[in-house]
Amino acid sequence: MVKIALVGNPNSGKTTLFNLLTGSSQTVGNWPGVTVEKKSGKVKNHEDVYVDDLPGIYSLSPYTLEEVVARDYLASEKVDVIINIIDATNLERNLYLSTQIFELGIPVVMAFNMIDVVRKNGDIINLEKLSESFGVDIIEISALHAEGIDNVVERALLRAQDGRLPKEPRYSGEMEHIIAHVEDIVASYNDSENINRYLAIKVLENDALVLKKLNLDKRDLDRISRMVDREQSRLDEDMQSIITNERYNYVTKYTSKYLIRMSDTRESLSVRIDNVVTHKYLAIPIFIAIIFSIYFIAISTIGAWATDFTNDVIVAKWIQGGLTALFGAWNVSAWIQGLVIDGIVGGVGSVIGFVPQILVLSFLMAVLEDIGYMARIAFIMDRVFRRFGLSGKSIIPLLISTGCGVPGILATRTIESQRERRITIITTTFIPCSAKIPIIALIGTAVFNGAWWIAPTGYFVGIMAVAVSGIILKKMRPFAGSPAPFVMEMPTYHLPLMENVIKITLQRGLEFVKKAVTVILLASVVLWFLQAFGFQNGQLAMVTQNSESLLADIGNLAAPLFEPLGFGKWQATIATFTGLIAKENLVSTIGVVYDFGNGAGAFGEFTKDYSSLQAFSFLLFNLLCAPCFASIGAIYQEMKSLRWTVFAVSYMTIFAYVIAMVFYQLGTLIAGGGFTYLTAIAIFLVALLGYLFFKKAPRTV
Amino acid sequence: MKTLDQIAVGNIAIVKKIHGEGATRRRIMDMGITKGVEIKVRKFAPLGDPIQLSLRGYELTIRKDDARKIEVEQEKR
Repeated sequence: MVKIALVGNPNSGKTTLFNLLTGSSQTVGNWPGVTVEKKSGKVKNHEDVYVDDLPGIYSLSPYTLEEVVARDYLASEKVDVIINIIDATNLERNLYLSTQIFELGIPVVMAFNMIDVVRKNGDIINLEKLSESFGVDIIEISALHAEGIDNVVERALLRAQDGRLPKEPRYSGEMEHIIAHVEDIVASYNDSENINRYLAIKVLENDALVLKKLNLDKRDLDRISRMVDREQSRLDEDMQSIITNERYNYVTKYTSKYLIRMSDTRESLSVRIDNVVTHKYLAIPIFIAIIFSIYFIAISTIGAWATDFTNDVIVAKWIQGGLTALFGAWNVSAWIQGLVIDGIVGGVGSVIGFVPQILVLSFLMAVLEDIGYMARIAFIMDRVFRRFGLSGKSIIPLLISTGCGVPGILATRTIESQRERRITIITTTFIPCSAKIPIIALIGTAVFNGAWWIAPTGYFVGIMAVAVSGIILKKMRPFAGSPAPFVMEMPTYHLPLMENVIKITLQRGLEFVKKAVTVILLASVVLWFLQAFGFQNGQLAMVTQNSESLLADIGNLAAPLFEPLGFGKWQATIATFTGLIAKENLVSTIGVVYDFGNGAGAFGEFTKDYSSLQAFSFLLFNLLCAPCFASIGAIYQEMKSLRWTVFAVSYMTIFAYVIAMVFYQLGTLIAGGGFTYLTAIAIFLVALLGYLFFKKAPRTV
Repeated sequence: MKTLDQIAVGNIAIVKKIHGEGATRRRIMDMGITKGVEIKVRKFAPLGDPIQLSLRGYELTIRKDDARKIEVEQEKR
């Protein structure tokens, strides 16, 4: 068996190359214990050759999650050969990682990607000389056009066989002198010969992992630190910086000779596009226009047509209609009919209806991501989001969440900082998704006579909840810690690679469907049973009045919970719970329990039961509380931790409860409802919120 | 001491020293901001922060807070 590791910078075309190498035989998993995706696959047309795709990294220093994963992998797995993919248009920085790879004692083949773009820019790279200088094969490839891939595999297999290693990078005389000394010391602690130099450099970099593994004794450590101290004071720099400098110097020694850049003399296309797209005054209007068009296409036009078609024609007419006719012809008993048609098809169907919108939205977002615009959004908006403990990159999930929280939560993957990512995951479903729009519409029509301000208020509440929660959460202990740097490469623009875009789109759609037919199916069945059956004269039987159903019993049991919020009745309680299956379920539940279909003042019963204060409190709670099961599933999938998932869902629910209660109790007081102990609690909660909001962040080391 | 955030748009600075510590500092250096490298300040974001830089043939964005830790001298143009 031959094992290949694919290593390279983010944005170097690594994923595309991996897809080309493996065809369709890849498996996507996760690195144990962390949230970084792990992809492995069998190399196409080769027996017993496997390739692992390492996360995109800029360096092997163990500071980011991706780097730690890559390093652990290279240290513990037996890799036969590394394919180091290089973005040839960005040679110096890509080769910096290569200098670290060359020291690992593993054969290397370099795949120079985008060399066609280099030539088009008029730049010249002397590959032959570079190859000779590094002692490594350099293969030109174009991942975009699938060129040169076979050559890379052939050469990699050859190197795996003969085990030829790259030349180890050589540094300045003083540095080499120190490395040689440390190498001598390290050699007596280590039995495999060919990585002594690597270990010596890691020791000089004060690398915790390597130091622990070697376990040098005190005398040797002192000898090393004396050398390090002397060099540090000579150069007025710390050792890590000295080594980083040495590596970059090694790279530029060759790039200055073998790379001739003509493109410096004129502005590249990307820079010219950015002159407009990230322009001081134009940037924000352009951003708003793009987002507006995406929503217009995905939600209002194409997405809405497709969704209506799925709901009204495919699900209602064809499937439900067809099943009704079929069951009628077969004389199937009423309860099975009810279960299948209303329970299963109705429940799952209401969720499946959102698939077209999600597909269209994911497709457009994937295009924006692929061409490089998302990095520009992050650049434009970072200033705003940083105040809320988020980063410029958080805007993407928040935008997607206005359509659906599930892809929104998945989109947090592009945020490197663990803390900003978690806060984004927790807050992103505060933004009203398309399934919450019917809830807003229901309250607006039934209670507020279709007042225009209800819908904007819904979005305003969502945005405020994100902002307030961001500020509260970023000060909490689990989120404390030194802020991660926002160091982001601005990729050059390129045309979207349709294969990748479609792949991402289908993947998101599929994940959504999978949840619909598992979690939601089960929940729909349970709910249907509960609302169709009840105890009558001590016996379980099908009920005609749903106020006698088990569902009503459960609702009545839980209703006191919502008493302080003003809507402690079983109907509203059950509606809130069914909203967990899918938010639009809440509306249909209200419709069923109040029998809207019965004509005569459709909303009459509902408005009789709730005052406008109570109804608005009900709306507030349901806009902000725990999201639907599908989103909770997505939170779990992304957090990779039950504890964090529970925290996220609890935070949202408690936040929603507090906001709705404060609103209702203080509203009642202002309306002249008298001062009760609940009013006192509400005032205390306001004070608590204020404290959490204004308190100082805990000191961090 | 002149730092990178003080360099006007369109000017080129040469890095003298990177202050600060830990992961942020290492990250900045890994991205190629090392002693002696030439950095062109490309533009500030519409809201004034972050900054877009051009160095080693590519474009990089960092926040002002981090740029403040990079000591530079401005090159005569």
